[in-house]
Amino acid sequence: MDWSNALSMGGYGFYVWGSYLTSLILIGGEVLLLLRRKRKLRQDSQDLHD
Amino acid sequence: MSHRKFNWYKYASPAAFYPLAGKLVPWFAIPAALLFIVGLYVGFVIAPTDAQQGDAYRIIFIHVPAAWMGMLLYVLMAVYAAIGWAFNARLASMMASSLAITGAMFTFLSLVTGSLWGKPTWGTWWVWDARMTSTLILLFLYIGFISLQSAIDDARRADRAGAVLAVVGVINVPIIYFSVQWWNTLHQGATIRILNKPSMAPPMLAAMLIMVAACWLYSIAVVLVRLRCIILEREQNAALIASAST
Amino acid sequence: MFGWIVTRDLKLAWRGRADVLSTLFFFVIVVSLFPLGVGPETQLLRAIAPGVVWVAALLAALLSLGRLFANDYRDGTLEQLLLTPQPLYLVVLGKTFAHWLVSGMPLVLMAPVLGLQFDLPPNVLLMLFISLLIGTPVLSLIGSIGAALTIGLRGGGVLIALLILPLYIPVLVFGAGAVDASIANGNPQANVYLLGAVLVLSLVFAPWATSAALRISLE
Repeated sequence: MDWSNALSMGGYGFYVWGSYLTSLILIGGEVLLLLRRKRKLRQDSQDLHD
Repeated sequence: MSHRKFNWYKYASPAAFYPLAGKLVPWFAIPAALLFIVGLYVGFVIAPTDAQQGDAYRIIFIHVPAAWMGMLLYVLMAVYAAIGWAFNARLASMMASSLAITGAMFTFLSLVTGSLWGKPTWGTWWVWDARMTSTLILLFLYIGFISLQSAIDDARRADRAGAVLAVVGVINVPIIYFSVQWWNTLHQGATIRILNKPSMAPPMLAAMLIMVAACWLYSIAVVLVRLRCIILEREQNAALIASAST
Repeated sequence: MFGWIVTRDLKLAWRGRADVLSTLFFFVIVVSLFPLGVGPETQLLRAIAPGVVWVAALLAALLSLGRLFANDYRDGTLEQLLLTPQPLYLVVLGKTFAHWLVSGMPLVLMAPVLGLQFDLPPNVLLMLFISLLIGTPVLSLIGSIGAALTIGLRGGGVLIALLILPLYIPVLVFGAGAVDASIANGNPQANVYLLGAVLVLSLVFAPWATSAALRISLE
């Protein structure tokens, strides 16, 4: 595994890794926001039942 | 011989589906994560460098799955919304609302990755070709659906209004796509750039299909989790309204 | 019933004609803004004219859509109309037709005049007129769906725009395409036929969707 090659992607490193970084941010963001929504609901439901 | 008929209809109620959805999520989430890892490994380590596009082509391993998911989820959203409207099935409508956000996310992702793929291969950040333009319009359709549902307070009205919009939208998608193709050929004078997939060596195709499967499983998991949230939220709203009126 | 609705809506529009005229003025202003934005060079203006006029027509149509059901909703007439034994399809068709006469037709008539600002030759002005004549009813028809879905909602005109603009895109492509074709001395017929096809489809399906949307919004 040639790490320097992997990083530069034949000179296209910015585009390739930029794409995957964006994907990570969007997908990760969706998951995080969803978990936050779930947590908030659990909170609210506890408050309601008090 | 006696048959014990499995009554699927009992899961049509949100309250009954809620625990089932909860049990299903890990069965989709964990394989999704594994497939992401496998797909990226095949795509980056095993698949060779492309002759024409160099290593830039490796963006397709996320761009193409994202684009497909964006389109697939829109159709599914419209189908569920229509079912919810036609059969007065609340759960189906909630499913449509849940699908919308993930679909919009993937559509946006496909636009960004498409742009990042276009710049090194074709020289510009944005290409007004039929596919990219149609994807942009698809994003607008998602935004319209989500905005409409956010603007309506009453859940059932939001469900049904969304269904009308989704059905009108899904019927119009072929017309819109055709008109964009038409528009593209009309303006032939300007340079046409088509983002072409490179001719696919088997590892490339394998990686792409694995990533599609990964995105598919991921979508199911995320949509189910969001569906559970929607079910809870509506229950809470109903409880609030009930307690306010006593 | 159809005739009654059209006459009634036209009378009401006449009483609120300031409202109606403002749509026309908006159209004129928007079209005039573009030369100010891109410079007075005639070649450029002639090239962008079809798109500019058409987009301005779209925006003006969007602005006028709020008026389609709002007034009747506010005074309860809309509910009454839903209860009549007459098919809702006819009621919607009537209201949409009246709306087009009042909001769309003035644009169609005004457009050739505005086309002069862009130094368009007469045959192009004619195609501008024809394309808008066929296209603006489609804008009213498709727009009525958005208007019906958003009755009584906050967010107003912007929300309708978000919902309807993607659906307007084929009309824009074929309409502006027809005018472009006549500028290039090409063949505008294909675009005109496609525009006509969209009109026919909208006439058949849009009032149905609008009726469904009305029932959903008003129950």
